[in-house]
Amino acid sequence: MVAVLTKIFGPENFETAEDVVQETLLQAMQVWKLKGIPQNPSAWLFQVARNKAIDVVRKNKYSTQFDFNDSERKLLTSEYTLNMTMEILWKEEHMEDELLQMMFACCHPGLSAENQITLILKTLCGFSTAEIAKAFLTSEDVVSKRLYRTKEFFRQNKIRFAIPSRDQLASRVDAVLNSIYLLFNEGYNSTHHEKLIRKELIEEAIALCRLLAENQHTQLPQVFALQALMLFHAARLESRISAEGEIILLDQQDRSSWDRELIAEGNAFMNRAAVGGEVSIYHIEAAIAYEHCIASSVASTNWKRILDYYDWLCRIAPSAITELNRVVAIMQVDGPLTALKLIDHIQDQKKLEGYYLLNSLLGEIHFRLKDSKKAKVYFEKAMEQTQSEAEKKLIKKKIKNLSP
Amino acid sequence: MSDYLLLFRGGDGKNLRQSPDKWQAHMAKWMQWMGELNTQGKFVGAQPLSETGKLVTGSKKVVSDGPFMEGKEMVGGYLICKADDFTEAVDISKGCPILEFDNGVVEIREIQSM
Repeated sequence: MVAVLTKIFGPENFETAEDVVQETLLQAMQVWKLKGIPQNPSAWLFQVARNKAIDVVRKNKYSTQFDFNDSERKLLTSEYTLNMTMEILWKEEHMEDELLQMMFACCHPGLSAENQITLILKTLCGFSTAEIAKAFLTSEDVVSKRLYRTKEFFRQNKIRFAIPSRDQLASRVDAVLNSIYLLFNEGYNSTHHEKLIRKELIEEAIALCRLLAENQHTQLPQVFALQALMLFHAARLESRISAEGEIILLDQQDRSSWDRELIAEGNAFMNRAAVGGEVSIYHIEAAIAYEHCIASSVASTNWKRILDYYDWLCRIAPSAITELNRVVAIMQVDGPLTALKLIDHIQDQKKLEGYYLLNSLLGEIHFRLKDSKKAKVYFEKAMEQTQSEAEKKLIKKKIKNLSP
Repeated sequence: MSDYLLLFRGGDGKNLRQSPDKWQAHMAKWMQWMGELNTQGKFVGAQPLSETGKLVTGSKKVVSDGPFMEGKEMVGGYLICKADDFTEAVDISKGCPILEFDNGVVEIREIQSM
């Protein structure tokens, strides 16, 4: 509903759209309490929201805050055509496209990643400002400012709701996927939250990707690949955290608790992703996740193949963090000594210096080399660097396990 | 290309409103007509006018109710559109649903630059 209303009012007025939805729900609560729930509640809500939208358009048709100049919305300005134009815009077959258009507007390349995600959560997932602030451990004030800047950006650049043209589609879809994956990662491995896993963010990310996978405009291999990747990760979610909220490492996870249904669904998306010759990072990452999913233990995991995938990933999307992950695979295949030598060769090592995973991995390598002293130094460094309580606990445990 | 004001007179809106179905069907024709103009980029604006009004007259600014004309003379609404010349403006006007009524009139006036 917010997406349709935002299309009607223009992206710069997404807050007005939210207000209309709020008022509609409020009215529903009041009326339904007195008269009972109507036979078709959603039709009732749409009708009320549509009438409210008509009022807003009437009130604002000459307002400088609103711009009805593009041809799709021009007819809203005339009383002759207002009602019917509104009806056409509310048609259900348009709804999905509007959600999609909204997604593209949210992930406009001119917006920073954090502004994109804030807007997605606000408009597409229905999070309140307070909830977003909580999700990112920031103040409501900061979130409001982000939303305000986004609004101004839409206004100044006259951003319109549209599904990008065919030649732009792929790159714009990549931006949307990137945001969805960021959202997912924030849920999967919360960087600054006492809870390591934020299920609600994971669910939203998967739901958004599902929308893309179901709409004919965006049924692209990389969309299916990301969905597969997220489902493979989600399948293993429950086993990553103990009842006390502590991290359980891969070799101690109860593999029987992995969700076979999600793995099978992910596999189906993998098959759909295999169409066409293009291989995205999501393809490879999904393939890696899949290898973990089908292995019965850490020892029987096909680390050699995983290493091949990481080699591939480093070629098409080189980054220090990917290389670090590759070192983990190498440690499994060729042993800790080779891994240690490789770390020195990582380019951009500077970028990793403040990153706790580098130090935690160095600690692990030295632990395997039976050098407890060095291991302890690195683990302690890592502990200082992470903000996550669960990670801290895990590293503390590792230090405890070091033989003196 | 200049702007033309189309004034609609006559028609039988009052009677049509008695039947919601007929009214809806009739309004769909207005929607269709203006929608086409809009896709061609020629639609500027349009509004219907209600029947009651006031008149302010002369240097004494005498206020009276009005205009109390016969239905067929009363301006019931207007549309402003873009057209190359009068020929095109006339062609556009021929599509106006007010002309489904024999007493319907579209008055076409070019908007003057001053």
